[in-house]
Amino acid sequence: MDRLRRSLLSLALASVILGPAAAADQASITVASTTSTEQSGLFRYLLPKFTERTGIAVKVVALGTGQALDVGRRGDADVVFVHDKAAEETFLAEGAGVKRHDVMYNDFVIIGPKADPAGAAGQDVTRALRKIAEAKAPFVSRGDRSGTHAAELRYWKDAGIDLGAVRGEWYRDVGQGMGPALNTASASNAYLLSDRGTWLSFKNRGDLAVLVQGDKRLFNQYGVMLVNPAKHPQVKVKEGQAFIDWLISPEGQRDIVGYRIEGEQLFFPNAVPGKS
Amino acid sequence: MLDTLADSVARLARLDHEVLAIAWLSLRVSLTAVLIGAVAGVPLGALVAVVRFPGRQVLVGLLNASMGLPPVIVGLVIYLLLSRSGPLGPFGLLFTPSAMVTAQAVLVTPLIAALTRQIVADAEAHLGDQLRSLRLSPWRRAGLLVFDVRFSLVTAILAAFGRAISEIGAVLVVGGNIDGFTRTLTTAISLETQKGDLALALALGLVLMGLVLVVNAAATVLRAYAVRAYG
Repeated sequence: MDRLRRSLLSLALASVILGPAAAADQASITVASTTSTEQSGLFRYLLPKFTERTGIAVKVVALGTGQALDVGRRGDADVVFVHDKAAEETFLAEGAGVKRHDVMYNDFVIIGPKADPAGAAGQDVTRALRKIAEAKAPFVSRGDRSGTHAAELRYWKDAGIDLGAVRGEWYRDVGQGMGPALNTASASNAYLLSDRGTWLSFKNRGDLAVLVQGDKRLFNQYGVMLVNPAKHPQVKVKEGQAFIDWLISPEGQRDIVGYRIEGEQLFFPNAVPGKS
Repeated sequence: MLDTLADSVARLARLDHEVLAIAWLSLRVSLTAVLIGAVAGVPLGALVAVVRFPGRQVLVGLLNASMGLPPVIVGLVIYLLLSRSGPLGPFGLLFTPSAMVTAQAVLVTPLIAALTRQIVADAEAHLGDQLRSLRLSPWRRAGLLVFDVRFSLVTAILAAFGRAISEIGAVLVVGGNIDGFTRTLTTAISLETQKGDLALALALGLVLMGLVLVVNAAATVLRAYAVRAYG
């Protein structure tokens, strides 16, 4: 009797632990996206609206753009939603994705200590980078193949600075997401390039402030692509396409406008219906 | 620092449904992994302690060394196995709680086996001659010794649980830290730290430590009760 009771007890315990994941039968897609869309809080605001409308749950794996595209290449996501147009076009050319749609943009800003010891503040991104390099002022780089990292490297090049030649202890390559890079900059009063969305939602700012903004070159375009079902047959084409269609529809675009932090709009929709 | 701590405690007071769901997932994943680890690791450890075979010392060394398996490496290997492009891809387990259970089970099984081997070997030093004189099979001897040390094994299991619930390397890589689906306490703490919300991160850390404390206390009470009832 005792033994029976004990076995029943362990069985009950095991079934509680091993119990099935909640709502397993709800339709869902996996989206590989960037840390900026996740950490800025956009997805938290946007995705429930899509799920409510279609009943499709969206699971977001947030990585740097380079890694997110790799997850798509391996077929571990149905949709990729990233921000590095050059890398996205390579992705398409390889046949890893089906079609690219512009969704929205925001902009990059150069953040730095309020006192601005390098004298970088202004509107010109390349001038600011030259000032920082001249002063050898601490600069934090994402160093993680993300869209922001790719943009940063492009700006150094545009500024005519050969990073390989000038980089020293002042250039800190942290190899992490936007948040950790901001934390590092905040702790060491360093300069860095950030997307505006993550900066606005970032809470541990310390002595940092926006120093450079408004340069046309700081434009940051986001694009969305379905992973190629011809390469990965398990891709949920119907649900994934529904998500893409919704993002670029007037309704989805309107909801992107609706996401604000302290009254400030973070992302600006610019999808062109029917055009890639 | 003090301000942050005070803020954290205030946030804890407002513990919402979401935090509870995250804590419950952490608990479920790690307990399941430990259950699997115990089912596989205890017999393995006990047999290695009891049976004499060539290369046994090497195996013991490997078992002990594998207590230090780096979680992020285990995560990476499981990731490559479960990826759609990997050998187990067709099951579609990547970025699910099952993937996290798998990775943590791989982490804790050698830990439980190594600790069990040590505990059973110590018991065998006392009882081994008697058992061998009864001409029992190795399975039978291992079984009897495990039964004899069952209360000491609780500590081994708790060590495994502690390792599982506090690791982040493996669950982050194979789970993907998906909001509402594979976000655990450790990945949530990391995310909030990244977002610069140190107060919330610290609050979640307190929840994690509280959880470990509760599980350990429960095990201690159960063990005391069991010792009295069946010891």
